Amino acid sequence: MTLSAKDKAAVKGFMSKMKSRSEEIGAETLSRMLVVYPQTKSYFAHWPDLAPGSAPVREHGVIFINGVYEAADKIDDLKNGLLTLSELHAFMLRVDPVNFKIFIHCMLVVLAMLFPEDFTPQVHLAVDKFLAQVALALAEKYR
Amino acid sequence: MVEWTDFERSTIESIFAKMDYEDVGPAALSRCLVVYPWTQRYFGNFGNLYNAAAIMSNKMVAQHGITVLHGMDRAVKNMDNIKATYAELSVLHSEKLHVDPDNFKLLGDCLTIVIAARMGTAFTAEVQAAFQKFLAIVISSLGRQYH
Repeated sequence: MTLSAKDKAAVKGFMSKMKSRSEEIGAETLSRMLVVYPQTKSYFAHWPDLAPGSAPVREHGVIFINGVYEAADKIDDLKNGLLTLSELHAFMLRVDPVNFKIFIHCMLVVLAMLFPEDFTPQVHLAVDKFLAQVALALAEKYR
Repeated sequence: MVEWTDFERSTIESIFAKMDYEDVGPAALSRCLVVYPWTQRYFGNFGNLYNAAAIMSNKMVAQHGITVLHGMDRAVKNMDNIKATYAELSVLHSEKLHVDPDNFKLLGDCLTIVIAARMGTAFTAEVQAAFQKFLAIVISSLGRQYH
């Protein structure tokens, strides 16, 4: 499911709209994931506060979103572009890749909520394809 | 037996009571056919599904979206026994329609996203959790009679 030129254009176009609400998107996606999929909290047991909208959640939400923007910049070669991030996730964080899908789903829900007019089915398709490729690239160094 | 909290029950009932079926049904099904194009395999006789624009203006898709959504009414009215309520529908999807049960999840995800778009910030994490729990049970019940 390679990204076509049209997909890439749709992703980049939508990302530029997202930039005005990055912090909100990041915080909401992460908060939501921790509530809707409580098993994901197991990766954040070392945080003092896992409540939605708490400081660690908000800060980390920004880190996640910036990761997504970084991936969008490297959209023409995600595998090589995200090697360092993949090593981080594979050797240090050791997040089970099944959680990438969970995070992606939560992000899509948040994007639909915050951009009801712009998150059309065509944009949804392109963003979903892109994020799936990002997840694959992140899992590259796992084994 | 599924345990529902009062919050979950009232949330599901409220979502369906406030929902505009004529809007959400077509939006969810057409989104599914666009985002997951392989699901089009079940709609060979629905006419033009060649591109997103065609899918989104296809009247048969729209009508079917409404039908599917109303199919969930039974689950909403029988939340304490969705499994039994859907036994017949499960057989239909398995024996007659031959739908791969994995597709139920794909449509469920699209429905969640459409509802999120309609409800905006009212679609809180807790509401999402309740709605997804409901969908998971509907999906599991629909897949139960497959063999």
